[in-house]
Parts: sequence; C-alpha cells; structure tokens
Amino acid sequence: MSVVTLTLNDELISANSDQSLLEVIREHDIYIPTLCHMEGLSERGGCRMCLVEVQGSRTLQAACVTEVAEGMVVTTHSERLRKYRRMTLELIFAERNHVCAVCVMNGHCELQAVAAIEGMDHVRFDYLHPDLPMDISHERFGLDHNRCILCTRCVRVCDEVEGAHTKDVLGRGINCRIINDLNQPWGSSQSCTSCGKCVEVCPTGALFRKGATVAEMVKRHDFLSWITSGREKNEWDYAGQAPYYATERRKE
Amino acid sequence: MTKTITIDPVTRIEGHAKISLYLDDSGHVNDARFHVTEFRGFEKFCEGRSFSEMPGITARVCGICPVSHLMASAKAGDAILGVRIPPTAKKLRQLMNWGQIVQSHALSFFHLSAPDLLLGMESDPVTRNIMGLISKYPDIARNGIRLRQFGQDVIRILGGRSVHPAWTVPGGVRDPLAAEDRDQIKRALPEAFDIVELALDLLKDAFDDNTAEIESYGNFPSLFMGLVTPEGGLEHYDGLLRVMDSEGRTVQEDLPPERFREIIGEAVEPWSYLKFPYYKPYGYEDYKGMYRVGPLARLNVCDFAGTPLADRELRQFRRLGEHGKPVTGSFHYHYARLIEILFALEKIEEVLADPDLTSDHVRSNADVNQMVGVGVSEAPRGTLFHEYHVNEDGILQKVNLIIATGQNNMAMNRTVKQIAQTYVNGGGLSEGILNRIEHGIRVFDPCLSCSTHAVGQMPLHIQLIGPNGHLVDERIRD
Repeated sequence: MSVVTLTLNDELISANSDQSLLEVIREHDIYIPTLCHMEGLSERGGCRMCLVEVQGSRTLQAACVTEVAEGMVVTTHSERLRKYRRMTLELIFAERNHVCAVCVMNGHCELQAVAAIEGMDHVRFDYLHPDLPMDISHERFGLDHNRCILCTRCVRVCDEVEGAHTKDVLGRGINCRIINDLNQPWGSSQSCTSCGKCVEVCPTGALFRKGATVAEMVKRHDFLSWITSGREKNEWDYAGQAPYYATERRKE
Repeated sequence: MTKTITIDPVTRIEGHAKISLYLDDSGHVNDARFHVTEFRGFEKFCEGRSFSEMPGITARVCGICPVSHLMASAKAGDAILGVRIPPTAKKLRQLMNWGQIVQSHALSFFHLSAPDLLLGMESDPVTRNIMGLISKYPDIARNGIRLRQFGQDVIRILGGRSVHPAWTVPGGVRDPLAAEDRDQIKRALPEAFDIVELALDLLKDAFDDNTAEIESYGNFPSLFMGLVTPEGGLEHYDGLLRVMDSEGRTVQEDLPPERFREIIGEAVEPWSYLKFPYYKPYGYEDYKGMYRVGPLARLNVCDFAGTPLADRELRQFRRLGEHGKPVTGSFHYHYARLIEILFALEKIEEVLADPDLTSDHVRSNADVNQMVGVGVSEAPRGTLFHEYHVNEDGILQKVNLIIATGQNNMAMNRTVKQIAQTYVNGGGLSEGILNRIEHGIRVFDPCLSCSTHAVGQMPLHIQLIGPNGHLVDERIRD
C-alpha cells in the first residue's frame, strides 16, 4: 500500500492508494450526498449522488467507485455538480410514487433528507406514477415498490452480510424491481431468514416493519459495523453497545 | 322567462361548491341544487395499499377533521385485526376525538358563522368575515380562536401535531400520554369552559334577531341518525346507530354500526360529485329516505347527554322542538354544536382524572384475522363510516368511505331550496339574499374536502342564465 498525493477542492492532501475517493472526501469532513453507498457493504455506484469533477476526465465520476490516484485534481462542489445532483434527484422522485406525507419513513428518510439538503424544491419532469404493488406477505416485513429507488443495499446486505441472497433485481431500466427468490411473494421465500437486515439498511420507506404508519419507521445501521468489526477483526465492542442494551432492558 | 342563478363558489365553508337556483317565468324559485364540484378519488387510489397505512392516508381527506378519519380508519383496522384495543388506548382516542369536536365546532361557530350572526346576514360582504368580526368584536373573535386552539392543542399534545397526526393505528395508538402533558391540558380547561358559556349566551341573544331565519333555514321534517351509548346517551367515538323520525319515533332501534349497510343506501346524481346516502327502508325517491346527521341529529336521537352542564343545556334545547318532538330547524345546528363543545369539555375533564390514562400499554398486536373491517365514529359533522375489504395479507381490495357531509346532502339541497323560496320572490336579487342561501349551507358546516378558506374578502361568482343558455347578467366579487 503506497501513499498518493492529490488535490481535493484546491487543497493538497495525501491518501492511501487503495482508498476510494469517497472515503478520502469523507475523511476530510467534506459533505457529499450518497444513497446507495453504505459503510460495510460493497460499492455499487448506482445512485450518482456522489458525482465529482476530476480534472482531465470528460465525464463526472462517482466518488464511491473511483480509486484515488497520484496527482488527481478533484472538485466536490460546483454549479455543474449541483445541477446534476438535483436533476438526478428529480428523476428519482419522478420515476415512482414518493409521497412523503403518507410514507412510513417521513422525517427519517435518506432520500427526503438528501433532496432537502440539495435544495430540490420541485420536480420539472412528469411524474410517471406507475401502479406498483406492495408485498406484505411476509410475517414481519413489507416491501413497497413505489418507494424503492433501486439502491440495492437490501440485495447487498442479504448477500454479503446475512449470506442468504434472498433479494435480487429483476428486469432492466424502468422495469427493474427488487424481488425475493425467484420473483415470488416474500412470505413464500425459502431462503429468507427473516433477519430484517434489508429493512434496516433501506434508505426509504420501501422496506418497513409491518403495521408501521406514517413517519413511524426509524432505521438503525449500527448493527452493520458491529457485525463487520466482529467478523473481520474479532472485536465485539460491548462497551459501545451498553447504553443501547440498557435502554432496551428498561423498556422491557 | 326561466333563469338560472349560480352561486360559485360558496364561501366560508370547508371545500368547494356552487349553488344553482332555477327560476320560473315569474321569477320564483322552482328548484335549487347544491353542487359539490371537486373530485378526490380516495376510495380508488387507496386500493392496493396496506390497511395499516389507512389512518395516515385518510386523515388527508380533510385538514379540519383529520382526527375523525383517524378514528374511523383505526377502528376499521381494529376490526380487521380482530382485536380489542387496550382500555387506555380507547380513552386516549376518545380524548383526541373530543378535542377535535371542540376545535371544529369552535371554527364553525366563531370563524365561519359568527360573522353572519353578529354582523348581520345582509351586512357589507367586505367586512362580513372573521376579519370584520375581529375589528368589531375583538374579544369574541379572540375567544373563538382561543377555544379552537384548546382543541387543537389536545390533538397536538397527543399526536405530535394538530393537522394530520398519524397517531391512531390499527390496534390502538402510537404513543402513551405523559403525566405532564395531561396536566397541561387540564390547566387550559377552565378558560375553555368560560368561552363556551359566553358563546351560548351570544347565540341565544341572536335567536331574537333571527326568528325568520330560524323558521326558514332548513326547517323541515326528516329522519335523524347518530350514535348513542348502549344506555342511550350522547356518543362520539363508539356505540350503536339510532335513527329517529321528526315525530320522535325511533324507527331504527340501536343497530351495531358494522351492519350499517342494512339501513344506508347510496345514490348518485350526475350534477354533483357528492353521493346521496339515504335511509334504505324508506327509499331514495321523493326525499323519503332523507336523514340528517351531525350535532342536531345527535342531540335529537340521544336520550340524554351524560354530563351535568350539557344535560342542562339539552333540556333547554329540547324545548325548541314542538311538543317535545325533535328539533327540525337546521339553524339550531349552531346551538347543538355549542352544547357538544360543552359536553366534550366535560368529558375531557372526566377522562383526565382517570389514573389509567397515562398507562404505557396502548397498542394491541395481531395479524390480519378478518377480511372486512368497518369503523364508525361521530365526526363533528356527523356519522363517519370507513369500510375496508382486504386480502389475506392486508392489501386493500375495496374501500368505501361514507362521509358525514354526504349524508346531509339531501337535507342541504332541501335547505337551499327553502331559503331561496322564502327570500327570492320574484323581486331583485341582492348579495345579502345570496349570502342567506350560503348560510343555509354553513349551518351544516359541510366539510367538502381538505381545504380551508383564506380569510379576507370572499370571492363570489353569480350568473343569471337565460333559457337559451346565454348569459343574461353576471356579477363577480373577487
């Protein structure tokens, strides 16, 4: 592993050569929006929120899937980037039915938060409003395709962390859907362990606990670092978890 | 020459509507129609969603009485789960529902109708609104706002917000009530009681100036329907359906509300988006099955209120009916509304004293156990029905909402005609007369949608249309 030097927003910095641009940007406390990225999962580069300008490159690059290189000159915020990020967000909102007012994740949703931060106050495109079904055949969880932005965090966590690979993606382009097993009702899945990891990592209201109402879902991501640090480093940080268990026990 | 007069939009009501008056050759009113001109489509677009989302979705039917939809929707959900909700959850739901009755009735009386009652039906339309009321009677206007605020605060304290709180859920409610929040409501009660007493005095004073209006504003025999407790008392959250005729005969003995289909039919007319529910055993023809719901109907059908102050007022109210018969004048919706505020405040006081109210156990859990769920509650404007059909997973297959205002539809049409026939007598048409007709609608406090009106000058569009369909005359106030 060698060290490289690059320019980030006019500042000369150094980074490890195996780091992604996104990691380096975050290390330097620069805010950059992401939706499909999640610490502890593989990168997908699908949401296009973390686009950056790299000097010498004609196109914008997704920071999460771009490795740092010696002499790189990177800009994270510009008028051009702002325009692209907002347009991408507008397209996500126009593609399916994201009505925050009646969504289980209202107020806790990552898509909603990013749209607010990026100043997306309206959508210039026609809403497609496809008539997509809900799958609430599972005993504990529900899947609402209308709220899904196809970030595939659920697919990755199910495959990479739980190891069940129940979830996958069907179809292409606008016909893409998250499916369970061989495109069957979730409740009939043989592989699903009902662990709920997919629900916790979902950034929107697409995956939710059954029975949840408007704004009632709050999702926790901390289990991921718990599992990965345990698995990779054999470190089980009970001290960090103690306050959580203490409050949970009080509730009981 | 026959003419059509159109009042469009009808102002100081909750929603959008217009009124058409059909004149005969001599200028007398031949017929009158109250049109609801907006289309919402809630019953259709909820199909395919999960029933547990319905309180949150249907609350959006209305920004004035979201709580009523929360109640009916959550109760329909309880029925689908097949559970009995924890006693504390029921008390908390009732508490919010009474808060809703207070705020909505206060809005109707002070903000929407008081300008007519205190400033005069035919006073200058520029000031005949809440702003005019504030400049002429600032204390009264402030009291109205304060009383409404009390009700809104109850809703906000329980649900986290006063408009569209998605707080009821199938099986109970989301959050328990903290003791300090309960005490906060308790502290605000005395002022609310004082204001409603003042409002009662104001209204009774207005009776003398409005004798002609009391006679002609929707005063006709009809059926009345409302929920009553198993003992026959006034009820807003639960209970049994009772239907009474204007002679005081109970034509429908207390029916479990989930069987409402046996007594309520729904008709449709091409000129209005609002359905016309009717009392099935009497049929739709010739207004035979016309019934009224809401405060007037509830006070007519119940045997007693069940709280000391409201019962005392109820005895006075009963004297307005002829020879002990039900009160048939729709003008007295105003009085009934104030009595219900009083009742709601007394009930709130009662339930706040219950030590069980702050218990943490507020939600029963179950899966889908019934394929059909009916939820009924008394909204400020009358009986509200939610009927859901779901599949085994709980996905909605069919949704039917019967809104209180719809059930008053026939009575509102009859009221418009009666007022028009009283005041439009071949003579000229004044703005004041048109306002009287609008007030006839306002007594029902119809909630036509989720919209509230901006205060200030109200737009009004009147068209006189000749028999050939061309415009004879037009007046626009905007």
